[in-house]
Amino acid sequence: MVTTADYAGLKSAWCPGCGNFGILRALNKALVELNIEPHQVLLVSGIGQAGKLPHYTKGNVFNSLHGRPVPPAIGAKIANPSLIVIGISGDGDAYGEGGNHFMHAVRRNHDITYLVHNNQVYGLTKGQTSPTSDLGYVTKSTPAGASSPVNPMFLALAAGATFVSRGFAGEVNHLSDLIKKGINHKGFALIDILQPCVSFNHKNTYAWYQQRVYKLEDEKGYDPANKDMALVKSQEWGERIPIGVFYQTTLPTYEDQIPALVKGPLVTQDIDPRRAKNLLAEFM
Amino acid sequence: MPTDFNYLVGGEAGQGVQSVGLLLGKVFARGGYQVFADQDYESRIRGGHNFFRVRVKDSPVAAISEQIHVLVALNQETVELHREELSPDGAGIYDNGKSSGTPTDDWLFGIPMERLAEENAGDKIMTNTVALGAALAMVGYGLDTASAVLTQYFGEGKIAEGNVAAAKAGYDYTRENYRGKFRQLRPISQTKRMFLTGNDALSLGAIAAGCKFMAAYPMTPTTSIMEYLAAKAKEYDLVMVHAEDEIAAVHMAIGASYAGTRAMTATSGGGFCLMVEGIGLAGMTETPLVIIEGQRSGPAIGLPTRTEQGDLQFVLNAHHGDFPRAVLAPATVEDCFWSAVKAFNLADRYQIPVILLTDHHLASSYGTVEGFDLSKVAIDRGLLYSDKDGEPSGYLRHRLTESGISPRAFPGLGKALVVTDSDEHDEAGHLIEDAETRHAQVDKRLRKLSSLKREIGAPPQYGAKKPDCLLMGWGSTYGALREAVDILAPDVPVGLLHLNELWPFPAEVVSKAIQEAKDTYVVENNATGQLARLIRMETGKETKRILKYDGRPFTPAGIVESVKKELG
Repeated sequence: MVTTADYAGLKSAWCPGCGNFGILRALNKALVELNIEPHQVLLVSGIGQAGKLPHYTKGNVFNSLHGRPVPPAIGAKIANPSLIVIGISGDGDAYGEGGNHFMHAVRRNHDITYLVHNNQVYGLTKGQTSPTSDLGYVTKSTPAGASSPVNPMFLALAAGATFVSRGFAGEVNHLSDLIKKGINHKGFALIDILQPCVSFNHKNTYAWYQQRVYKLEDEKGYDPANKDMALVKSQEWGERIPIGVFYQTTLPTYEDQIPALVKGPLVTQDIDPRRAKNLLAEFM
Repeated sequence: MPTDFNYLVGGEAGQGVQSVGLLLGKVFARGGYQVFADQDYESRIRGGHNFFRVRVKDSPVAAISEQIHVLVALNQETVELHREELSPDGAGIYDNGKSSGTPTDDWLFGIPMERLAEENAGDKIMTNTVALGAALAMVGYGLDTASAVLTQYFGEGKIAEGNVAAAKAGYDYTRENYRGKFRQLRPISQTKRMFLTGNDALSLGAIAAGCKFMAAYPMTPTTSIMEYLAAKAKEYDLVMVHAEDEIAAVHMAIGASYAGTRAMTATSGGGFCLMVEGIGLAGMTETPLVIIEGQRSGPAIGLPTRTEQGDLQFVLNAHHGDFPRAVLAPATVEDCFWSAVKAFNLADRYQIPVILLTDHHLASSYGTVEGFDLSKVAIDRGLLYSDKDGEPSGYLRHRLTESGISPRAFPGLGKALVVTDSDEHDEAGHLIEDAETRHAQVDKRLRKLSSLKREIGAPPQYGAKKPDCLLMGWGSTYGALREAVDILAPDVPVGLLHLNELWPFPAEVVSKAIQEAKDTYVVENNATGQLARLIRMETGKETKRILKYDGRPFTPAGIVESVKKELG
């Protein structure tokens, strides 16, 4: 049996009280409860404080560049679909620098789980606006206030996502359940995580979120299989902020549709140059 | 008399110029000839002026020649644009059913190509195949080989039958009505040679070398590589992902390689601009990566369908920071295959990015090759780690070693955890900030260079040993330079030193050759002499430069003229 001790990682460099701690606990809890061993997991992260998370737990780790966790995660998943591939990003990583990759990974439905630590501000570079900063939010790079934010839930739904969810770093058990659902989902699973930044975001604090978040599963009549309902709920932001699974459906994954993978992972298939013989003949 | 015969097939985009050129080349390649064919086309889908030159010799050939012996004009414009290139005994064929008025040129022979296609094949779409038949008739080649080639090209069935009928109609009409002198260019042997482009050879080399993953974004001149791998993906158990952009493409390839499969991407200079951050990521995480960079005229969009060697300094220096890389620049179509195989082995053994630098001319030109001996394709994945090699918990992805190379484990295939980071990291792959570890890891990565240097093969040499006049070039200009040496040799003590493996730079051999020559001319398809600058940087030697940057490839005659002008 896998235990929490199996996921003990290095000491973190995060600020005390950072929302990232809750996310780390929720991820470890999910992996332990799913009885997944560290060597079965590949954590692919970007740059930002979120990108450091893989070092603070256990698993195979590819800590990539800013905005780029998704493409190497896709490459690795295709090369070896038996890996449980989890992408880890911040909001700048996922929706800013990596926005194009996000949209296309969603629509192609790669079988990876994507955790986006969304603190609505740039922490590592010390307090500039992020793609998800609230409208009018004053930062060092937007003294006149931030422009209209991207809506990750709505964007993912529009791009054809098969699993769209939002968690809150202050609700570890709930978030851990979402991560488990995401890992078990066949296809691209987005878990956007409201993550208070105690150093640079003095608006969207733990208390601010705690007053506003509510769970979709407690909402009478909410059906995560209903995309229309999801589209409506995804636009709710303000006095009430929904968390939970907005939408889930089943579609073939990108990897399911690759003929070469029928014979097993690419990484375990033999290399035999002589197989190219027939190809040479085609040029005669 | 040695055979050296040149066709030029010209017309608008969409008229089938490329098919006629390709099929002509295949027909002669099957008849025992050596063939080199290049494509000149515009960046458009329809209209404009495209041409395809097919040079047929009974000895090795890897360059174009401007003098045309038979001009195959699918439109009137082709006649006007190329009449000056016609040899004194040259002839031309054109569709007299389509052109207005009767040309007075006695070297031109009119054929009702479109009408013959409709009457004999039932579709004017096969007009270009009528031209193919007529082109063969002009040299008395016979139709047997062409029929077989057409059947192979179109597959058994109605379309192939129609094309065979169209070729026959063009052939018969010409034999019956042409009043000029027929040339004699009959098949000389049954030797079957491959006829393929540089891109084809790179694709085959990659597949033979066990590349199982490619991600790419289309860009001239390397698009046909991604298309080829995509077409063969199912049969050969490989994956080609058409990524959303070049940034995604290079990172997907890095991810697949990290996971343990041989992986590559292909692009041109513009796409390579977007991939640059991936080069450094591969360098830092020590992930094997093969990138094919087919150069075209730059900067920016430049001349999208034309050739240049303007990216040498770029690929050598792309990315911030210091880390080892290798750059190979195959010189011929055949070289493309073996360079691809070598690139994958170097990438795996040294865990570095390897760039295969070609250009539009090599990527899209066809050449004949005797074949590729697949038993000589060695696969070397480099140092690998498995759980049997020690306690998996002690595995260090970036272990400090004397060679600088740390054994690779692949994630999920054993218990060892494979940890790596784009941040500077320790032996275990975790990010660090301290000076000592930073030093140790930089030095470890750079230590690979000392053995990597020894992997660079001796550069091809041709002509006089220790010549007074030394020509130097790199990559696709090899064929033209060799031929220039042949032309100059009777008058000038001339030799060629050609670089097809550029980095790590073979400084010693280059320095020695320049030292021994009276004059060295570096011949390059760029505006600033990028190899000449590299030579100066690595050897301290100054050279003279013969440069061409009009988007067109060198011809042997053009090089000879430049050299003679320099020699005075």
